[in-house]
Amino acid sequence: MVAQSVDTSPYGGKPLNLRDSAAIFPMSAGPMSQPCLQAENLHLWRGDHHVLRGVGLTLSAGECLQVAGSNGAGKTSLLRTLTGLMYPEEGRVLWRGADIRRDLAGFHADLAYIGHEPPLKSDLTPRENLRYWVGVRRELSGTLVDQALERVGATNYRQRAVRTLSAGQKRRVALAGLLLMAAPLWLLDEPTTHLDAEGQRLLGVLIDEQTAGGGLVVAATHQALPVVRTLARRVELNAPDLSGAPP
Amino acid sequence: MSSSALEVSTRRGATSFFEVARLMLARDIRLALRKRGQLVQPLAFFAIVTTLFPLGISPELSRLREVAPGVLWVAALLSSLLALEFLFRDDAQDGTLEQHVLSGQSLTWMLFAKTAAHWVLTGVPLALMAPLAGMSLGVPASSIGGIILSVALGTVALSLIGSVGAALTLGVKRNGALLSLLTLPLSMPVLIFGARATELAIKGEGFAAPLYLLGAIAVLGITLAPLATAMAVRINME
Amino acid sequence: MAWTWFHRLGSPPYIYGLAMRLTPWFAWTAGLLIVGGTFGGLVLAPPDYQQGDDYRIIYVHAPSAWMSLMVYSTMAVSAAVGLIWRIKVAHAAAASCAPVGASFTFVALVTGSLWGQRMWGTYWEWDPRLTFELILLFQYLGYMGLRSAIEDTQRADRASAVLAVVGIVNVPIIHYSVLWWNSLHQAPSVMQLAKPTIPPSMLVPLLMMFLGFTLLFVALLLVRVRAEILNRERSASWIREAVT
Repeated sequence: MVAQSVDTSPYGGKPLNLRDSAAIFPMSAGPMSQPCLQAENLHLWRGDHHVLRGVGLTLSAGECLQVAGSNGAGKTSLLRTLTGLMYPEEGRVLWRGADIRRDLAGFHADLAYIGHEPPLKSDLTPRENLRYWVGVRRELSGTLVDQALERVGATNYRQRAVRTLSAGQKRRVALAGLLLMAAPLWLLDEPTTHLDAEGQRLLGVLIDEQTAGGGLVVAATHQALPVVRTLARRVELNAPDLSGAPP
Repeated sequence: MSSSALEVSTRRGATSFFEVARLMLARDIRLALRKRGQLVQPLAFFAIVTTLFPLGISPELSRLREVAPGVLWVAALLSSLLALEFLFRDDAQDGTLEQHVLSGQSLTWMLFAKTAAHWVLTGVPLALMAPLAGMSLGVPASSIGGIILSVALGTVALSLIGSVGAALTLGVKRNGALLSLLTLPLSMPVLIFGARATELAIKGEGFAAPLYLLGAIAVLGITLAPLATAMAVRINME
Repeated sequence: MAWTWFHRLGSPPYIYGLAMRLTPWFAWTAGLLIVGGTFGGLVLAPPDYQQGDDYRIIYVHAPSAWMSLMVYSTMAVSAAVGLIWRIKVAHAAAASCAPVGASFTFVALVTGSLWGQRMWGTYWEWDPRLTFELILLFQYLGYMGLRSAIEDTQRADRASAVLAVVGIVNVPIIHYSVLWWNSLHQAPSVMQLAKPTIPPSMLVPLLMMFLGFTLLFVALLLVRVRAEILNRERSASWIREAVT
């Protein structure tokens, strides 16, 4: 399974096979406590599928990485391994220079992860959802929640039950949650789905702000990220290897 | 409102332990009140099951009084099994359970708060309903206090033991029978002591001894079950 | 250096080969002991002055009951090892223990029931030891049920491991139930190392059966672990060489 030839990223970066990435993106110089995400030689099997084959990456403060690949290539698996939810058979993930397994809770406090579906309870309103979702992580005030909702343009429906909202509206509420979490590292799985043009522009602006503030963003999507000022590096994941069993 | 990530340390301003528990409790109770139908189901089930026994055994109150403790407790056990279904299922399906795991807070504590909310929403109503069912089985009114107390304490243990089973079977579709198979064996001691306490209460004798044992099981459950539940949830997130 | 044996034990090809080599030793020794113990117990040992020949079922009942506890402990320990150090062979071992343990428990319950009919006049009694032994059977069935219900092997391994470890509480309860409660079961008479109250002619075949059953379990475990490894690693390269 060879990497498909991809069109050159509109931002001037070269598409690379993740296996070579470790040699090409050297670790940035700087103190270990700087926000910096590294993955070393990740191998992951799902059943008999060798999904991640020696994936390595390095991401420093202010950088944005777009992980592309066809369906089933392992984008979600890579993201979930980076969050620590999935345990790679080999290799490790480092945050601020330390293995995430050492202090998983501390890593999670620095991490905002949004999966395929926005994590919202359909019986609660967006305000309530945000209060319970982000409120368990950090202290929130009602004003802060309202400000975030206003930022994403969700003020009109902030008191309606989420089950009455459209998919795009739910995505915006999730973006408000992302803002409120104020985490240095964002791991986003297909963040552009269901967003209209305005919503996509908003996402781009938020990512730009995150990276401008020194944060890191990893987004799994085959669509180009709607960022303006950020230089998104794009890497392509090969389709999984179906032969070969785990060690 | 930009998120200047380097400036905002998420550890500063992180939510305190008690606030986390308060939020989880408030959330689950609010959610349950929005779906009141779901709450009523286990109670309706309890009422129906206790009605089945007089129909199946005999309408004579004297005979029913003898079997009342067992009937009440089997019905309570089965009802709380039914109620276990909605402990984690919704959260697992819409991705919010995953966010609990990724919150950077103690998952054990959060799940303990969830189980506590579950007990308040199902165990307590069961405990309050039990005397009514008991009286329909010919139980004297003097034993109401004892019945409420024993069922309340017993359902604490049942909720905790059940939370482990519910967490283990998260990924399994149609997990009703399997959940019963996993939870009922470990719940049998609760049934034994709970029924004994209820029986003594009905007879008007001192029921402190089995109540203490129920309390001991509940305490054991409180200390150990959330750990196992958290581990099981993490396993199902992989 | 001390950990290399630990790491080798975690390697499926190594265990596969080791199991293949060790099985005949355990199987034959177990066979001899069981045959000898059966003969000694059924033929050579004198009849009990109270129960006559009825007591002879103890030569199957007691070892089975003991094994039901020992197998569960082995299963729980393997599961814990697999859970903590993420060693797949340990999970394979735990999975292999379960059906064997369930069978032993079943045999213990059935032989106990038959014996109970002769001794107490009833096939079943709700005394603590019997009740908790029955619970143990359900625990085995629950473990196997959970395993088969979860499709992903790794998740099934880990979830059932948690279940096995949580359920270990029942093992000491069963063991000490005859001491803690007034039970129809007699107090332990074999385990008193100081002065067993059973005469040697009865004791020796019993010990042979205990040992024989233990070695039988090990032999069965080795065979099952090999099959389990074969199933899990079926697409690995080393399997082709090992099987031909």
